[in-house]
Amino acid sequence: MIDSLIIHVIYPMLALALLMASIRLARGPSLLDRVVALELMASIVVGVIGVHTIQTATLSFLDVAIVVALIAFLAAVGFARFIEQGGPRND
Amino acid sequence: MIDLLVAFFLLSGSAFMLLAALGVLRLPDLPTRMHASTKAGAMGAILIMGAVVFAFLEWIAFARSAAIVLFIVLTAPIAAHAIGRAGYFVGVPLWNGTIKDELRERYDRETHALRSVVKRSDTDADPDPDSGERRPPPR
Repeated sequence: MIDSLIIHVIYPMLALALLMASIRLARGPSLLDRVVALELMASIVVGVIGVHTIQTATLSFLDVAIVVALIAFLAAVGFARFIEQGGPRND
Repeated sequence: MIDLLVAFFLLSGSAFMLLAALGVLRLPDLPTRMHASTKAGAMGAILIMGAVVFAFLEWIAFARSAAIVLFIVLTAPIAAHAIGRAGYFVGVPLWNGTIKDELRERYDRETHALRSVVKRSDTDADPDPDSGERRPPPR
């Protein structure tokens, strides 16, 4: 039951969420909108990795989720500092 | 029974993530988009980690999921604060329907100083004696 639910419902929902976030990533009027979209995509990828952990019953994938969350946080803070201290203004 | 619990957590978590993505796509300006992405996205990740805990029912799964949840709860507000601060400094335009911007009359864009009293508009012409000062003067 869980397997068919994951395949038929959960993965399409997460894929739709990734698609909408990537539309904002492509369209976003300012650079910070793209940073927000990237952070949301990393959060969704953490969720996808959690779902994949359940589906394959392999706990080691959770370490990948930790690393993705860490990299997303560092990237967001780095982008924010970069833009605040004189990055490109009008893109 | 456990399957039902796992299915509930998975469905609600992915629904929260879908809502976060919908908000990021549809909301009008940077702070509202950030509001949707950080809160709903973090909630979705936390619920999916809860599904992982109930799917495995082992202590090691609980420990790793709790580490991920703790990390997300600690870092999502910090990242949102940094992005919002950078957006306000750079001057990303707010939505036309914004009805309250309390920083606008209390915050000095050049010196990055924040005052607690609203500056009157007729004193704007006078040059501030310590306008080059980055820190407020000591009391």
